[in-house]
Amino acid sequence: MTITEKILAAHSVKEEVSPGELINAKVDLILANDVTAPIAISEFKKIGSKDVFDRDRIALIPDHFTPQKDIKAAEQCKIVRDFSREYKISLYFEVGRMGIEHVLLPEEGLVVPGDLVIGADSHTCTYGALGAFATGVGSTDVAAAMATGECWFKVPESIKFIYYGKLNKWVGGKDLILHTIGDIGVDGALYRAMEFDGETIGALSMHGRLTMCNMAIEAGGKSGIIVPDSITESYVNKRAKRLYKFYKSDSDVRYAEVHEYDCSKISLTVSCPHLPSNVRPAAELFEVSIDQVVIGSCTNGRLEDLRDAAIVIKGRKVNPNVRMVVIPATQKIYREAMKEGLLDIFIEAEAAVSTPTCGPCLGGHMGILAKGERAIATTNRNFVGRMGHPESEVYLSNPAVAAASAVLGRIGTPEELGL
Amino acid sequence: MLIRGRVWRFGNDVNTDVIIPARYLNTSNPKELAMHVMEGIDRDFSHKVKAGDIIVTGKNFGCGSSREHAPIAIKAAGIQAIIAKSFARIFYRNAFNTGLPIFESSEASEKIEEADEIEIDANRGVIKNMTRQEEYKANPIPKFMQELIAAGGLVEWTKKKFKVTS
Repeated sequence: MTITEKILAAHSVKEEVSPGELINAKVDLILANDVTAPIAISEFKKIGSKDVFDRDRIALIPDHFTPQKDIKAAEQCKIVRDFSREYKISLYFEVGRMGIEHVLLPEEGLVVPGDLVIGADSHTCTYGALGAFATGVGSTDVAAAMATGECWFKVPESIKFIYYGKLNKWVGGKDLILHTIGDIGVDGALYRAMEFDGETIGALSMHGRLTMCNMAIEAGGKSGIIVPDSITESYVNKRAKRLYKFYKSDSDVRYAEVHEYDCSKISLTVSCPHLPSNVRPAAELFEVSIDQVVIGSCTNGRLEDLRDAAIVIKGRKVNPNVRMVVIPATQKIYREAMKEGLLDIFIEAEAAVSTPTCGPCLGGHMGILAKGERAIATTNRNFVGRMGHPESEVYLSNPAVAAASAVLGRIGTPEELGL
Repeated sequence: MLIRGRVWRFGNDVNTDVIIPARYLNTSNPKELAMHVMEGIDRDFSHKVKAGDIIVTGKNFGCGSSREHAPIAIKAAGIQAIIAKSFARIFYRNAFNTGLPIFESSEASEKIEEADEIEIDANRGVIKNMTRQEEYKANPIPKFMQELIAAGGLVEWTKKKFKVTS
């Protein structure tokens, strides 16, 4: 069996499962946010269950439109807060304690290797980087799981992606996953698990792995997953709040497809409007002027991402025609970035630094685009109207490319700044 | 179940950000959401669509976010059913869970045109095109999904299966 099948089998108390099989499985953690939890809560109440299945295994994280951007958003958040109090949900994170859900939960050791996690947010697939099976579902799925502790799944086929060769300078997890989505398309992994493997992944740090699994959904994937190793162990052993288990794929497993990539041939990569699969080398886009740069999100709002951006922008200024917004993904990252002097570097460069929020990534707040405006962002989607006006445009890149572009006023690379 | 209606055509990879832009997700009120349905592709769609209409689209319909607001907005706008070559998986789940009938059919997705009058026989998986006098086959709905539909959606199914007591 693959790692994915082993985790699903273990959670459905079966010796074995195979692709296509429908199972009911126990979930280790359920997640919802201020956009998806209110519907889950109203559906949960219709079920009529007197209590949640486990108040310590439901994470409710208002991160999308927080700090509450308007009255309607505040009311949605209030529904989540009131429910959390009524049912004594221990993993409710208020503004000031919250961070972007998919960065916060791994950071706090609330998701661990071997877990089965569902979340009413499509980027729940992020936790596959820890060797967990994690997938996005809808609010009604979350409602049912909050009552029963279970969820139905069709066991997915797995596709293996093997990465080998040395990464080029400034190239990281974001470039690998954009390149992969560009190769297979936005439905290239539809309904399937994407298993990332190979020597380059073995050497990739945890933040790069989280970025890769985060964007599995942009290829239509049900999940992204990486077999845990010593890098996983050193990330989780100081954080894990629960026991964890490492699973690995058997060597004789048959994959639905196998793709191989020579990473030495992958350059800094940018997704152009209006699909994540519309990729081009960053160096070819030097004629694309920009109005805004966003560094943050569940894809690239971690400390290492901020460090990359800070190295590029240190001692330089954001181009006069550009506004740059930097959003550390959690309070811990914010504080650490402050201690390391990263926030000083951004402010010195005349960037705005925001409290944690999903904000502009989904066109919520904190940096919305006007008609005709163009942004380069370290976020995950560039669909029509994603960051604001339907006639605005979003380009996706890694943090170093975004920071270099902020200085240049157009899409560019750190090399152009002599880095 | 017979579903008959007039068709609105959309293309491939229609994502949840164009079905219901995130700037409207500060509410979960179906009527409010319906006022902005498909706004990212056609700003006047919510005024043009009529109760009982059907959407026919290409591959990977509903890709992107997990927002259940997408099927909710479509349903509240009066759309009876969606036919696509394929659906993104979270949208597929959400449609069944919230009781929005959806059908996969490559043939129907390729041949049906805007404003055609069609009839879907949900039990037999047959789609009739009255305008063009053609008939297409829909992929069979998996047994478990039929069970969900028969129960009246995931909430009702959960009530029965787990005999939840209040």
